[in-house]
Amino acid sequence: MFAYDLKLAIDSLKRTPGLSALMALAIALGIAVCAVTITIYHAVSSNPIPHRSQVLHAVTLDTWDVDRPYDEDEPENPPTLLTYRDATTLYGSGAAPRSLIMYKSGDLMLPERAGVKPFHATLRITTHEFFAMFDVPFQHGGGWDAAADAGPQPLAVLSAETNDKLFGGDNSVGRTVKIGSTEYRVAGVLEPWAPSPKFFDLNNGVFEDPEDVYLPFGWGRVLELPVHGNTQCWKSENQSSYTDFLNSECVWLQAWAELPDARARERYQAHLDNYARSQKATGRMQRPLNNRLYDVEQWLERNEVVSRDNRVLLGIAFLFLGVCLVNVVGLLLAKFLNAAPLTGLRRALGASRRDVVRQHVTEVLLLGLAGGVLGILLAIGGLAGIRMLYDDEYTRASYERLTAVDPVVVLATLALSVLAGIVAGLYPSWRIGRTAPAVYLKSQ
Amino acid sequence: MLEMQNVTKAYRTDLLETHALREFSLKVEKGEFVAVTGPSGSGKTTFLNVAGLLETFDSGSYRLDGEDVSRLGDDARSQVRNRRIGFIFQSFNLIPDLDVFDNVDVPLRYRRLPAAERRERIDAALELVGLASRRKHLPSQLSGGQQQRVAIARALAGDPALLLADEPTGNLDSLMARQVLDLLEQINEMGTTIVMVTHDPELARRAHRNVQVIDGQVTDYKPYEPSSATVTPLHPAVAGGASRA
Ligand SMILES: Nc1ncnc2c1ncn2[C@@H]1O[C@H](COP(=O)(O)OP(=O)(O)OP(=O)(O)O)[C@@H](O)[C@H]1O
Ligand SMILES: [Mg+2]
Repeated sequence: MFAYDLKLAIDSLKRTPGLSALMALAIALGIAVCAVTITIYHAVSSNPIPHRSQVLHAVTLDTWDVDRPYDEDEPENPPTLLTYRDATTLYGSGAAPRSLIMYKSGDLMLPERAGVKPFHATLRITTHEFFAMFDVPFQHGGGWDAAADAGPQPLAVLSAETNDKLFGGDNSVGRTVKIGSTEYRVAGVLEPWAPSPKFFDLNNGVFEDPEDVYLPFGWGRVLELPVHGNTQCWKSENQSSYTDFLNSECVWLQAWAELPDARARERYQAHLDNYARSQKATGRMQRPLNNRLYDVEQWLERNEVVSRDNRVLLGIAFLFLGVCLVNVVGLLLAKFLNAAPLTGLRRALGASRRDVVRQHVTEVLLLGLAGGVLGILLAIGGLAGIRMLYDDEYTRASYERLTAVDPVVVLATLALSVLAGIVAGLYPSWRIGRTAPAVYLKSQ
Repeated sequence: MLEMQNVTKAYRTDLLETHALREFSLKVEKGEFVAVTGPSGSGKTTFLNVAGLLETFDSGSYRLDGEDVSRLGDDARSQVRNRRIGFIFQSFNLIPDLDVFDNVDVPLRYRRLPAAERRERIDAALELVGLASRRKHLPSQLSGGQQQRVAIARALAGDPALLLADEPTGNLDSLMARQVLDLLEQINEMGTTIVMVTHDPELARRAHRNVQVIDGQVTDYKPYEPSSATVTPLHPAVAGGASRA
């Protein structure tokens, strides 16, 4: 019977090609808008490091002004960054099984390879645990050790892209790179790696690419490397030297701790609070005790990576799909009722109500499927369009990841369009199922 | 085969109520060929629709083939229509974008017969109505008489016990009308009971029995007598007197 229903459905769609196309297009438009929004939503709300997201914790201390919270809108939130003093002290205490501190910087890269012009390289100044804690894959070589951080030793880890640019993709371990006025030996080269969202440092945009080069933490102080992320200060302090800056109440460092279980977490929390109390005694940190640990999911939430705007957008997209479907319902109703004499005839010849409903639902499903396929094509076009909007290569690269067509989303979209078809077709099909067999048979 | 007793049917609109059938009683035996005549609006089509389970009625009883079908549900009614009744309409009512073969196929599909059996039945039915060579034609490519023969084939393919025809020749010229009636007679001789509504007295005369409907009622309700018994020898004087009267 399904074969027959399918044949009738195709015949019926062919009988009114314009109307069929219009209905498929209406479904396709709604579906496409949904697919684009879902793709973006999916990208922003996906967990970039699922297997470690419960273990990794962003560390915060409330070092802010006693008279005024860090976040006026949500006063319970401590600052997301640490002062140099607090970061280095906590890091040095060894209270967590493993932890790291870091920040983003940048300097001029002076390539020795012929034909490669000097360029501004983004730098991550970090303690050595970065690669192990964030599960960063290496192509060649590896990172460095605690001694290299403290030294600091002139070692560097290159991103895959930087290695391609500087060394044409060769194994460059042992070669030197010159950044600013310092020469570093390449200790390792990463595989292409870009967690999205860039959870470990959200200050420069959620979908920013990771840095070009990684350097041992000690170089920050030695070379007085500037902060290219976020620096926030609440206190007016005399800052005439880099040392003044390091000793200030300004926050600009990210700190992460690896806490494998609830006990480790509790212990580290206690350590943070004890540290804060000891600082209160010296006159710092006068706000109520509010030092927080966030696992990766909580961290993304805290930083509103999935912002309310995105959710609203998702809602609007589905609303739009709803409007499209209402139109389809109207068109279907008109189409089905227009063909009611033939349906009445089929009823007279023995089709049951169920037969009639099934025949029409099949037609609508087919329409939904056609709309879905068309919608996915439209969505792919739409996502490509969004990418084209950003014509500087830098932003475009990060949007590329954001707007990548996800097979899960494609499947979900097809399922959605079939569901949409059912929703749109149920009432018209039911309605036409009530067709009385006799009404249309009277001789004209 | 068909037995209606005191069937009433009224059409109600906001403004008025039309009693299309009132106390309608009729009995048709197996194998009969009955012609139903009567003025326009008298309720002939309504009777046929009720008989064919296309419409429900208000009161009275209706037995079809010994079974009480007065109060069947919609599914059961569909099934009775599909298996036991064949319909022929004045305006043929073929599906315009299906070819001859597929049109005859429609009721067989809803009966969920296997493909081979359907093909066999369709071929046999088209053979009978003389359109075996036209199975790939669309209705629009056929004459009116041919279209009505396709409709007859469609009604016959399901091998119904009862064939209901509402002015089957109403849209045909007299030659084609006669051909269609020849076909119906032939079908009746093969055992199918036929009830036919017609306005044409000449065609009505060819049936075994005429039933006249006036104002929703059968006026001269005569039980069927087997054809061998119809030639009741009358006394010549009575016969002559009757004809003179
Ligand atoms: N669907 C309907 N709604 C309201 N009234 C109806 C409906 N169908 C038929 N009638 C009325 O019922 C009565 C009987 O109609 P029916 O069609 O049975 O007559 P008929 O004998 O077939 O007439 P004709 O010879 O013109 O075809 C008529 O008065 C008609 O107006
Ligand atoms: Mg009529």
